[in-house]
Amino acid sequence: MAVIGVSLSNDRHPANVIYYKNHLRYPVKVFPVNPRGGVLQGERVFAHISEIPEKVDLAVIAVRAEYVPGILSDCIQSGVGSAAVISGGFAESGRADLQDRIVAIAREADFPFVGPNCLGIYSPTHMDTFFLPSERMVRPDPGNVALVSQSGGILVDQMIKFAEQGVGLSRAVSIGNKALIEELDFLNYFAQDTGTKVIAFYVEGFGKREGRDFVLAASQCPKPVIVLKAGKSSGGSRAVSSHTASLAGDYETFSAVFSQYDGVVEAKNEFEMVTFCESLSCYQRSIEGKVGIVTGSGGHGALAVDVCSEHGLSVPPLPEKAQNEIRKNLSSSVQTIASLGNPTDLTGSAVDDDFVFTTSYLSRRPEIDCIIVLLLPYLPGITSDLGARLSQVYYQEGKPLVAYVPHVEKYRMLIEGFELSRIPVSPSIEGAVLLAEAMRRAKPC
Amino acid sequence: MTEIKDILSASRELGWVLEPEAKRVCSLAGLTVPRFTWATGVDEAVRFAQGIGYPVVAKVVSPHVLHKSDVGGVVVGIESDEKLGEAFHRFSQLNGFAGMLVEETLSGVELIAGAKVDYQFGPVILLGMGGTGVEIYRDITMRMAPLKEKDVESMVRRLKAHQLLEGYRGSEPVNLKELTRMLVAFSDLVMEIEGLIESIDLNPVLCSSRRCVIADARIMLITENAPNVPGIPK
Repeated sequence: MAVIGVSLSNDRHPANVIYYKNHLRYPVKVFPVNPRGGVLQGERVFAHISEIPEKVDLAVIAVRAEYVPGILSDCIQSGVGSAAVISGGFAESGRADLQDRIVAIAREADFPFVGPNCLGIYSPTHMDTFFLPSERMVRPDPGNVALVSQSGGILVDQMIKFAEQGVGLSRAVSIGNKALIEELDFLNYFAQDTGTKVIAFYVEGFGKREGRDFVLAASQCPKPVIVLKAGKSSGGSRAVSSHTASLAGDYETFSAVFSQYDGVVEAKNEFEMVTFCESLSCYQRSIEGKVGIVTGSGGHGALAVDVCSEHGLSVPPLPEKAQNEIRKNLSSSVQTIASLGNPTDLTGSAVDDDFVFTTSYLSRRPEIDCIIVLLLPYLPGITSDLGARLSQVYYQEGKPLVAYVPHVEKYRMLIEGFELSRIPVSPSIEGAVLLAEAMRRAKPC
Repeated sequence: MTEIKDILSASRELGWVLEPEAKRVCSLAGLTVPRFTWATGVDEAVRFAQGIGYPVVAKVVSPHVLHKSDVGGVVVGIESDEKLGEAFHRFSQLNGFAGMLVEETLSGVELIAGAKVDYQFGPVILLGMGGTGVEIYRDITMRMAPLKEKDVESMVRRLKAHQLLEGYRGSEPVNLKELTRMLVAFSDLVMEIEGLIESIDLNPVLCSSRRCVIADARIMLITENAPNVPGIPK
């Protein structure tokens, strides 16, 4: 990797941040470039990309916009493989001409670059072109979700949320002005990438007809595709002369078109985005949405049923015979008080075994295709082992299981019992339902 | 298709297509339109009305009037020669008067079928509960064109009022086969002319247990300048 534009006098320059973090913390070999040459922290600074003695796969370009066309040409002539143009000052600030120039240069040479006006690529344990000091970033665990975002800020924020929710990341790409490489290219790339199982996009807008190409490709993609769209409110009351033009605003059309295809999932907000990613990173499968709810509190069960019905998930009642079967196997303290119609409310007196038995039992019921366990770790009969024990149930029975556990530090062991076994856990009841909803909206793989 | 494109090119300067010509376009595309005539004199109007039988609907035809009901340019339930004559005379006072559309009275559930050539997604087809309240109820569904038959089924299912179409409390269901045929033919038309249009409203489309008939059609064209027409009042 070459980092073009390092400063010899300002160590906070974005290029310097990028150079240092890769030089010190990643296995990638990195070469600093500045036309004046010199030495940076004991390492030689190359005055020109062509002086670098090895084949460069990626040039990270962080120089003033007007120098970018020349540098891009230099990279092409020197046989560099690709570039990430971090620099801003192109179409986003009235210099569409400059952007057109770099696109023309790259197209002619069939040279790929991401950006401009972007953070570039974060590839956990490999390399990272984000100009944010590592210690300031929150880095999710390496995992199987690829995130592609038009906004660098939203991307870094999503990474924080991924880390909070225990969602693993395969790659994060900030595409900025997406002058050359755009969403569709990354969709095609990640569709082939063996390390990626879920592909998530934050989109502000597509270019002319690019939305059509994207959604058609996404509907053919064998992996779940999740999209969060910004700009949902229409831009003022533009006078339109037909009802259709008025009803089919940009966002309405976007949302309608995305709902047209199975397997392309629109997340309405950031919370849905991270929750859908979490669920589908664990389960790449589709369900009809017939939910069995296991809870230790009637109120939690009732709220969960409300959210299920809002999202079009059903909570099928359990036949009397099945209820009796469960009841027989519950501990004596809850046998007479549990309410087992689905939601199955095991009550505040339930112990681990009651949860484990009920969850296994529901896993075998044909009218149920997903189980939501609402765990209240403060109940006296619940131990920290329950997360791991319930995960075992999933591996024995094979029916998708999701859980709600309040996310506070003292319940961490319970949460990890699930997460380490790749069972998704949400910090809210609504989130737990969304974990199930994600599978209902994903297409069969 | 040649005649359709001729009509559209001839209307390009106006920015939209006069209703009788829009209906001709629909008819050429295989969509069902009411029996109608574009009358330029009272006698002609009366002769036609007597031929198809009263009651009839009369609408003004004018390149200055895109939103006919806003200027009192629509009269429904006309029962006699005399009332038809009155409507003609009143319309003839309207700006740009270019004749009167006389057509049969229709019945059925009011739907809207629309099309828009979206910047990001290209041609999309809209289906919704129609009539003048379409933007109040906003009970609509959209898909990218071209539509297949099974797409129409799922569009109908997505409408909140879909039970009204499937026969609600003793009312007759609308002819879903005809609705499907209409929307697929409409989508095919839109794919053919997408380079010329900005949006289309077929509103209302009156669907009964027998047929789906386009009671009004508005075709907005791509113009070099913004079309010289007023917006829909909110």
